[in-house]
Amino acid sequence: MDKHDKFKKSVKVIHKGFLLIFSLLGVITCILFYAMIDPTFLTFRTADTSNYVVVEEIDEDLIENGIHVRTGLIDAKGLMEVVNNCTNCHSAKLITQNRMNKERWEATIDWMQKTQNLWDLGKNEEIIVNYLVTNYPPQKKGRRLGLTNIEWYDLED
Amino acid sequence: MKRRQFIKKTTLSSLTALIGTEIVFGEIMPLGYEPLALQDPNPFKMFNKSKEMVVLNNMPWNIEAKAHLLDEKITSNEYMFIRNNGKIPKHVDAKNWAVTFDGESVKKPKTFTLQELKTKFKHYTYQLTLECGGNGRSEFDPPAKGNQWTVGAVSCATWTGVRLRDVLKAIGIKNDAVYIGYHAADTHLSGDPKKEAISRGVPMTKAYQDETLLAFKMNGKDIPLVHGYPLRLVAGGWPASASGKWIKGISVRNKVHDGNKMTGKAYRVPCNPVAPGEKVKDEQMCIIESMPVKSLITYPKSGAMLALGEKLKIRGHAWAGELEVSQMEYSIDFGCTWNNCSIEKPANRLAWQHFSASISFPKKGYYEIWARATDSKGISQPMVLPCWNPKGYLNNACHRIAIKVK
Repeated sequence: MDKHDKFKKSVKVIHKGFLLIFSLLGVITCILFYAMIDPTFLTFRTADTSNYVVVEEIDEDLIENGIHVRTGLIDAKGLMEVVNNCTNCHSAKLITQNRMNKERWEATIDWMQKTQNLWDLGKNEEIIVNYLVTNYPPQKKGRRLGLTNIEWYDLED
Repeated sequence: MKRRQFIKKTTLSSLTALIGTEIVFGEIMPLGYEPLALQDPNPFKMFNKSKEMVVLNNMPWNIEAKAHLLDEKITSNEYMFIRNNGKIPKHVDAKNWAVTFDGESVKKPKTFTLQELKTKFKHYTYQLTLECGGNGRSEFDPPAKGNQWTVGAVSCATWTGVRLRDVLKAIGIKNDAVYIGYHAADTHLSGDPKKEAISRGVPMTKAYQDETLLAFKMNGKDIPLVHGYPLRLVAGGWPASASGKWIKGISVRNKVHDGNKMTGKAYRVPCNPVAPGEKVKDEQMCIIESMPVKSLITYPKSGAMLALGEKLKIRGHAWAGELEVSQMEYSIDFGCTWNNCSIEKPANRLAWQHFSASISFPKKGYYEIWARATDSKGISQPMVLPCWNPKGYLNNACHRIAIKVK
């Protein structure tokens, strides 16, 4: 029994030792890893925080009144697929300005793939086209629309 | 826009996960400092434009004026529309800028520096109307793809430069020359260096016109960067896309130039008229040359209210591509009757012309003033949309403003 207890104790000591060594190694790795990313980290710096401000956190994908604020796109099913695939090369304004049916949105994607280096959208294509057709369908305008949004003002001479 | 500084943050995030604690100094940064990449560019400051201009697109930059902003006789930079197909060149070295003239139909390729062009050839100044081929696109039904320009993609500034004809003659052009095509320093949106953002051109007859310039000044000053500094090809009266910005090369071709946006459906309309929404094959599309007759009421701004008995003075500009505007009319009764405006002669060929009229109203109520120009061949602006075309070009329907008489 005595011998067994002694053995148990020494195993515990070794275990503790190992834990210590590994955690130390871990910390050193972390420091070295960070130094690799930011070499200035290891040089001494005076901590002057008086000229620093805390930057307010802004949600990149904030939605307000049903609109994705950063891009102006309508918040609906497929929004993020559109943001991630369609706003790298051109502005989202090119989408929000336009109104097309399924066939023509598809033709537009096809044209971008053939001539503008747009990648294969895979299964996202259906999601994106559905989003566009649902949220940006053609509007009937006829041969001439009436004047709208007139801001009335008194004409001064 | 204030945005979180997350470049450092993302590189730290893997470390954060390892350590299991928050790294604090990723959250702070020096006062007044915003990382360049995250700055929200202010186009009005960046391009010296009026804040009343309308941004249609910020990648690439496309900005248009409103009718009342174009009231000046000579358009200043502040109100000049911006149309870009690619990215504006970042590093422009005007001192070492050079233009290479090549192509099947030059006797021998030749490069001129900007300085040589300026010193070797005579300078000319013209006031030239530049209108985007897609100006008015927003009205087409079914809608056409692209920037939805309303009325403000037109300008008429003065341009100073050397005649393209003089330069081509100095180089020596073969008899089989058909077209010139420009090459420019803007880059393709995809970032692909092998692709040109736009490379259009004009037939030799247009290239040889007196007013077709390689311009280095706009309104007497260096051309603003966004409008083509240090050198722009200016071919007035044609779709403004023929007036290439940031010119680095001119190819003299023995066939119709086949650069980017010359082929397919770009800057082309059906050779024969089609029904709205009809599919048109590429071979059935013809290149737009001269722009059609058009006009704009620039004063007053739409929405003016006046008292019965007061006369309303209106004014604006009219232009007709290669032609001159011979008659200008207005109607206050939706086209039942038309009255003549007085119209001035253009400052030179291809410059817009100024019109004005003084209008009396018979009774109180809501009116629209419609303006209609007629060119020297007797062709007028339509009151409804002109022939539909797949890309929504050449909408020269009459401009109108709303008026209330109280």
